[in-house]
Amino acid sequence: MSEVDAVEHVDMSDEVQTLDGEVESQITQWRRYVSAHPTVAGADVEELEDHLRSQIDDLRSVGLDDGEAFLVAVKRMGRMDDMWREFASEHSDRLWEQLVLPSGHASGSDSDRRGLLIAVTTAVAAGLATIALFNNVGIISDADPDGLIPRNIVLVVMAFVAIFLVAKRQVTGWPVLATVGAFAAAFAATNLYPFSFVDGHTAALTAIHLPIMLWFVIGLIYVEGDWQDHAKRMDFIRFTGEVFVYYTLMALGGGVLLAVTGGVFAAIDLDPETLIFEVLMPGGAAAAAVIAVWLVEIKQGAIENIAPVLTRVFTPLFALIFIGFLVTVAVTGRGIDQDPDVLILFDLILVVVLGLHLYSLSARQPGDEPGLFDYLQLALVVSALLIDTLVMFGIVARISEFGFSANKTAALGENLVLLVNLAVAAFLSLAFVRGARSATEVERWQTSYVPVYPVWAAFVAFAFPFIFDFV
Amino acid sequence: MARGSPETEQTAIGKDLVAASAVPLVLGILAEGESYGYAISKRVSELSAGRLDWADGMMYPLLHRLERLDYIEAEWRKPEDGGRRRKYYRLTAEGQRALSDQHQQWAAVTEALASVWDGMAKLGDGPTPGWA
Repeated sequence: MSEVDAVEHVDMSDEVQTLDGEVESQITQWRRYVSAHPTVAGADVEELEDHLRSQIDDLRSVGLDDGEAFLVAVKRMGRMDDMWREFASEHSDRLWEQLVLPSGHASGSDSDRRGLLIAVTTAVAAGLATIALFNNVGIISDADPDGLIPRNIVLVVMAFVAIFLVAKRQVTGWPVLATVGAFAAAFAATNLYPFSFVDGHTAALTAIHLPIMLWFVIGLIYVEGDWQDHAKRMDFIRFTGEVFVYYTLMALGGGVLLAVTGGVFAAIDLDPETLIFEVLMPGGAAAAAVIAVWLVEIKQGAIENIAPVLTRVFTPLFALIFIGFLVTVAVTGRGIDQDPDVLILFDLILVVVLGLHLYSLSARQPGDEPGLFDYLQLALVVSALLIDTLVMFGIVARISEFGFSANKTAALGENLVLLVNLAVAAFLSLAFVRGARSATEVERWQTSYVPVYPVWAAFVAFAFPFIFDFV
Repeated sequence: MARGSPETEQTAIGKDLVAASAVPLVLGILAEGESYGYAISKRVSELSAGRLDWADGMMYPLLHRLERLDYIEAEWRKPEDGGRRRKYYRLTAEGQRALSDQHQQWAAVTEALASVWDGMAKLGDGPTPGWA
């Protein structure tokens, strides 16, 4: 016992000395290097750093200077590869779960806890507002709640997502003003436009396109106003994919939760239908939107992004289906149905193809050479383009014969927006796999194209009702 | 773990033996009273006169393994006389049992080896270890 005390005593006596600045920054670098391995958790780094510093202090007390002491101490730590391997075999669980949710625990940092607080507050507020709107609480006129209320709910939830990001990222200045303006315009168009029918074509188009536009406006907050920065645009694209995946996962979990709720209350002969469908479901769906955004915000680098993984799985499958379809059309000579509604299906197909293209780009490392996957990507984009071109020729001919309606024009416009993007993307990807262009140029095209979507969505949402007389 | 080169001519202990003795050593040191990583590794070095040579970093995965096995328990706190927050380890009742168990096993091994060294000494072959 006394010997241990003696050992401790030696350490304490040197504690007060401060190291020179250069050695401090070397320790910071060493710390970063050690913690680069996923199995070394935050507290472990602190423990290892304490060891290093104790060692340095002891070495200085026997006459080494700061720099020498640092070098010897690092040497004595041994090879980090060996240590990481040991950590990995001891903490293999950490290779699985690296998303540490901030808790009341002492290890959480202040900003983690602040983020948690903002997220929970905003999510609860979004949930309560949605429940209130959904049940017409405080709505004076319920002249047409079925049509207008769901549309307002979507806008309200998105507003809470925007509020969360503004508070979390402490954004100020013009991006906030622009967002407030965009939301005000969206609420005005939804509630004040003199639509002939609430479920009419232009009303529906406005309802669909406003959220699309607003998501990109939220993007302004996400990039903190730095919208001209292509790297940040790419981050926003990644963010969008991850939020989508997280929201979907939470929706699945929520479904199970609701089913369980129904089951347990039914077991005691209570009918929880009102609770489930009028409170839990709308409130949960709204709160989940904020929580999904928050989860993606805190996870970022911690866990491998899921969207690119799904892309890897589905790109070959979609490519196979499209090529199979083209071959079938060629062999059987069957014409594609020329109903303009088919346009919407093909819009969706193009969105999926664009998503696959974007998320494979988002996961690409700068120096990667073209590989098999890039050829698959190219096959996917080219086959989708061929199918779409086949469809477009037939439909454009028909539309010009029978005139333009709001729906057809919107669907056609969307198809063009996506077609132009993918045609250039196909051209660039081809040049890339042949070595004539760099991957950066392929990516740059996509990030440059981002503003086209909100501009088109805003045009459809705000201008189409006027062009097509609010029908 | 080597703290300065030992004055003796004796060579460092081989890797396998270091690995085998690590658990009883750490448990034994913690039986002397609670301690933290750096102090434990200094103590290992003192006890072995610098011949037990580990990379310092390897101490921590070992401590974490012993913690998971409930042989030791850990607590983060600041030392009483100020300074950095440290993770202190302490032997548990479970660890005490594991230590006695290790003690018996090692006693059996040293006993067996002692007979071997004795036999060799009688034949006048090889060095006569001082402790045998």
